[in-house]
Amino acid sequence: MACELMREKLDAYVDGELLPSEARQFGIHVRGCSACAVDVLDRVQMKKAVSGAGKAYEASTEFRRRMLGELAKADRGRKSWGWKLVLAPAALVLIISLGLMLLVGREKSRHERTFGELADLHVMTLASATPVDVVSTDRHTVKPWFEGKIPFAFNLPELQGTDFTLIGGKVAYLGQSPGAQLIYRIRKHQVSVFIFQERGEANAWASDPLSMLSFTFQTWSKNGLRYYVVGDIPVSDVESLSKLFRDAG
Amino acid sequence: MPDQSLPATTFAELALPLFDQLYNFAHWLTQDRSEAEDLVQETYTKALRGFGGFQIGTNFRAWMFRILRNAFLTSRTGLKASSGEEELDSLASVDPSPEDVLIQEVERDIVRQALTELPVASREILLLCEVEEMKYEEIAQVLQIPIGTVMSRLYRARQALRNLVSEKLKGKTAWPVS
Repeated sequence: MACELMREKLDAYVDGELLPSEARQFGIHVRGCSACAVDVLDRVQMKKAVSGAGKAYEASTEFRRRMLGELAKADRGRKSWGWKLVLAPAALVLIISLGLMLLVGREKSRHERTFGELADLHVMTLASATPVDVVSTDRHTVKPWFEGKIPFAFNLPELQGTDFTLIGGKVAYLGQSPGAQLIYRIRKHQVSVFIFQERGEANAWASDPLSMLSFTFQTWSKNGLRYYVVGDIPVSDVESLSKLFRDAG
Repeated sequence: MPDQSLPATTFAELALPLFDQLYNFAHWLTQDRSEAEDLVQETYTKALRGFGGFQIGTNFRAWMFRILRNAFLTSRTGLKASSGEEELDSLASVDPSPEDVLIQEVERDIVRQALTELPVASREILLLCEVEEMKYEEIAQVLQIPIGTVMSRLYRARQALRNLVSEKLKGKTAWPVS
């Protein structure tokens, strides 16, 4: 397929709107054509950027509650009295459940966004020519480097006798708040540990590791700080590193 | 009049999970929290009132977004915004200048700012495609335009956004602009 023909279909390809046979043909071309591959990458990055930037606004809790109440009232009022008598209790239970789902869903999507942002930071760090600003395997060199650069202090674990090696660290930003990003190596993989100040949602996070976007995540809160481990490593490795940090005092 | 034969909680069951998406979309259109709340409330009121005419099994999400958008277009802010839609072509026709470095921390704020500055017609189609991840057919239902127009409008909107971001990123970081 010629590049000119491909370019006409570039957006449709990236948007997943081509027929499967066309998409296959397109994929084969892109793998062998660096110019089209760059264009595809450009569009994918743009889609990702808009998707991230576009999820910008959340309704206030007050408005959310008011709407739930009004909707419950209006939906009940829509029915005849006979139906109302029979279904009102069940409807109320369902609406309350849906309301709870909505609140839980809001938390979940916020957490997914946070994990997405951390995965981006992790990938960008690994892709960077200078992944860390302080390069050292010695925790007594890396930890003091952050003094004065972030508004809190933290402890790093002793790694002797483990499979983990400290590579270094840098300052990272999450939601415009500065924090620490530490890079560790385990076998041939690199893992990021992010540390930020807790933002008042200590109980809202699940403590078990979870897998998303091919990455494994684990997060916990300790002494007013929130820790996140992000890496394309098995859950057991993430848990081991998390435990080392938790025990670090 | 609503169809009394519909199950008692079907509307809430279908409409409540869309609340966050509708609110985000409304806020992007109006650029104002209070107006966004009014718009979402109006959408739910109209949808509930017209729910009897909605065919169960068809695309409820597209139906809700269409109600919201139509309510916006007839609002004062919407009328004002739609009068400036001709800006779209002029914005899209500017030649993009190449930027060839990665987006980092500044990206999200700059893209968000650029989205805000886009004409509503461009902003809404980008949000439906990239944030709501709607297929072209679904976008066509929301905007009540043919699929071919969805594609061309989307193309122009992306070009316009690219140009705005490119300008804002001069001297900073950017995604590669072709």
